[in-house]
Amino acid sequence: MSLDFKYGFDDFFRDETFVDDFTYRNSPQNIRRFPFPFDRDDYMYSVNMEPHVPGRKGSVFEKTFDVDEHYLSEMRDRARILAHDPLRCQSLPHMTLAGWDLLELIMETKAREYPQWFSLTKDGNRWHWINRPLGIDHKFTFLDESTLPYGPMEYITRQTQGDFTLQDEREGTLWVDAGMVTTQADWSLDFDIGMSFHEWHAPVPLAHEKGIFDRALKFLLKLQHGAPVRRFNWTMTVNPLLDTAPETYPEWGHMRTRLTQENMGSMMHLRVELQTLYRLPRSNAIAFDIRAYLGKFEELVQVPKWGRRLHRVVRDLHPDLATYKGFIRNRDAMAEWLSKYDDGAPTSPGWWPED
Amino acid sequence: MTKTDFPPSIKSRPVYGVLEPRPGAMHLIIADGEGAEAVAEMFAKAADAPAMLAKSHILYTAGPNGTDAWDRVAALGAAQAQHAASVPTLLFRLARVLQNTPMGAQIYLTGSEGLMGQAERDIMVLGFPHVDIQKEHRGSTVRRVQCVHCKGITENVKTDPFQCSHCGLHLYVRDHYSRRIAAFQGVNIDAEDKGLIPAAVERFK
Repeated sequence: MSLDFKYGFDDFFRDETFVDDFTYRNSPQNIRRFPFPFDRDDYMYSVNMEPHVPGRKGSVFEKTFDVDEHYLSEMRDRARILAHDPLRCQSLPHMTLAGWDLLELIMETKAREYPQWFSLTKDGNRWHWINRPLGIDHKFTFLDESTLPYGPMEYITRQTQGDFTLQDEREGTLWVDAGMVTTQADWSLDFDIGMSFHEWHAPVPLAHEKGIFDRALKFLLKLQHGAPVRRFNWTMTVNPLLDTAPETYPEWGHMRTRLTQENMGSMMHLRVELQTLYRLPRSNAIAFDIRAYLGKFEELVQVPKWGRRLHRVVRDLHPDLATYKGFIRNRDAMAEWLSKYDDGAPTSPGWWPED
Repeated sequence: MTKTDFPPSIKSRPVYGVLEPRPGAMHLIIADGEGAEAVAEMFAKAADAPAMLAKSHILYTAGPNGTDAWDRVAALGAAQAQHAASVPTLLFRLARVLQNTPMGAQIYLTGSEGLMGQAERDIMVLGFPHVDIQKEHRGSTVRRVQCVHCKGITENVKTDPFQCSHCGLHLYVRDHYSRRIAAFQGVNIDAEDKGLIPAAVERFK
């Protein structure tokens, strides 16, 4: 029993890489649906949560779990990373039930929202899952681990874009006790697994003092099954590296020193995390989906409003945040390049490209 | 409040208190180096020290700075007390002692962060509630650090940056602590500018 993919690359699903020759890019139609995270011309932390309900047609909010043109290449990249470092996916022994909860949530949702690609049929606990883009046709018994080639969390997240962590709730806080983490912005699951909510956020500057994490935790503990929430986070990444793990920092850190005004547009990427949170029904755990989108600067400035606004946000960001997000050394050069796309005109509120 | 004066730090750093005698089915006491003083002071506060000592088991080893106050520990007169040759040998003994430690026992950890962290990790794996575990920092502030790249642990780190004792990379000590690994996180300091390594500063003594 194994999980052998048969990648169905076609006119929609792009065949591209996130390493070595970096052939990743967004198609023109995908640039228009990029989740640009700035709804105004400046940025500071906030507990910017909102209900995760279906959003504008064609946007990344239209479906619960967005499947886009990078799906197959991202799953291939995840398999590559896991082969190299299996510690990127871990689950403490008490989290298996939460893994089944997550598998159920993703399978049911994808089969409902993307019937052309995914299908789930049930005969009691005997389930039949079809994932056409990855060439998977599996029959297994729900809640019986011996019928899957991996644990339930690993099985389904090898087929789902985005990093996932599963939080157990006890003692009035959340504990990050399981996760699949291969597209992260410089944090280590292997180090953080088993930590409480405040412990794993410890290295984040400014936010503790502002009470952000106290408020966020209070909010999350009230999260109800069937009422997921979402927020954005963002950083900058040189080259389209989905995997900027601390483990491999010696392999990618030096890329930050290669930027020039000539290659800025193609090498520098705005990395946006669409974070969604789900209360799970059997385990009472919380699933945290961290979906990373990469947009090249030269792609984003094709939308005039985004070019103006990105320039202003980068130029004016608090230096502690630019340091934490890892781009303080390039901030001035980034602002210089972006300034060519800012004519000083006012921008409209909200993040949509036109309105 | 802790008697060790730590610099302002971050949220995952353990918070240490002062050992207080509490009623318990037995008293398991684990200490290294200057922790011997904390143990003696705790017994001095006990309402009935002889009765508490009659139910006490002390495991002790020298501190990372070489401080060995075993004589002080032995003189307390606990029902059982052993002098371990090193932290790893102390942890072997601890594993055996925990097999006979009943729920409801009070557990006291004192001395260096590395010893307390590793002992607490082994104790919590067995399900002892954290409310029955007290910790008091004494003596050396050297750190136990895990290299995030090769995952190797370097014990008794005094300087920042330092060189990983396993893979040889130069690491800075990120103020991020894992109770599960009982270690701080070490991250390559010259990943962006190869060879640009600041002079090592003695931050931990």
